[in-house]
Amino acid sequence: METKKLAIIATKGTLDWAYPPFILASTAAALGYEVEIFFTFYGLQLVRKDVSGLKVSPLGNPGMPMKMPFGPKWFKGINWNIPNAVQSLIPGYENVATSLMKMTIANNGVATIPELRSLCQEADVKFLACQMTVELFGFDHADFIDGIDYVGAASFFEFAGESDICLFI
Amino acid sequence: MDFNKELDARGLNCPLPILRTKKALAEMASGEILKVIATDPGSVKDMQAFAKQTGNDLVNSAEAGGEYTFFMKKK
Repeated sequence: METKKLAIIATKGTLDWAYPPFILASTAAALGYEVEIFFTFYGLQLVRKDVSGLKVSPLGNPGMPMKMPFGPKWFKGINWNIPNAVQSLIPGYENVATSLMKMTIANNGVATIPELRSLCQEADVKFLACQMTVELFGFDHADFIDGIDYVGAASFFEFAGESDICLFI
Repeated sequence: MDFNKELDARGLNCPLPILRTKKALAEMASGEILKVIATDPGSVKDMQAFAKQTGNDLVNSAEAGGEYTFFMKKK
């Protein structure tokens, strides 16, 4: 049987959206897929050496439950339905939401992004970064982890065109 | 049931139980059996799907007190 191929385009640069590309890529690799991820635009944030700056924003995201990861069970069960208009006025709101999210991630035995990312690299998932975005956003190759190929769209299609599954995330 | 190696995946969530299983199997010989203990309810279907797609044999699985035990025979 020929090896299956998964091609992913990662375009989002937030803590929550960092998960789908790395979870799917590492799992596919464990299933025997050959995997490539093309990081472009805000997706480049996911391959920076330091990803501690990744944040999650409840702003403009009515789908996000706002629950506390500590305290008694009844307290954890409360969904803090704070209107977006109010959230946007509170300084540091995103930082608070991000630390609560990180606490929830740890409580639930969910891997951290650096952990999932290195699992991908160990499993030979290939990382491609959009050179155009690197220049557009004024990044430096030194900002990013090792083992990345800096390419353009044509290189992505070389692999994606042969892939069995192609995802835009 | 007899097994050659045990993997404790308790407390880990998707996709870690699968990734750890894959890693553990890689260090084993063909025909050997890996025992995996997990607490992630999603791992029940995922282990079946993993076995089906990788050709390893899920010989046995059981649930007791919120813990799932799997016996995977390496291809």
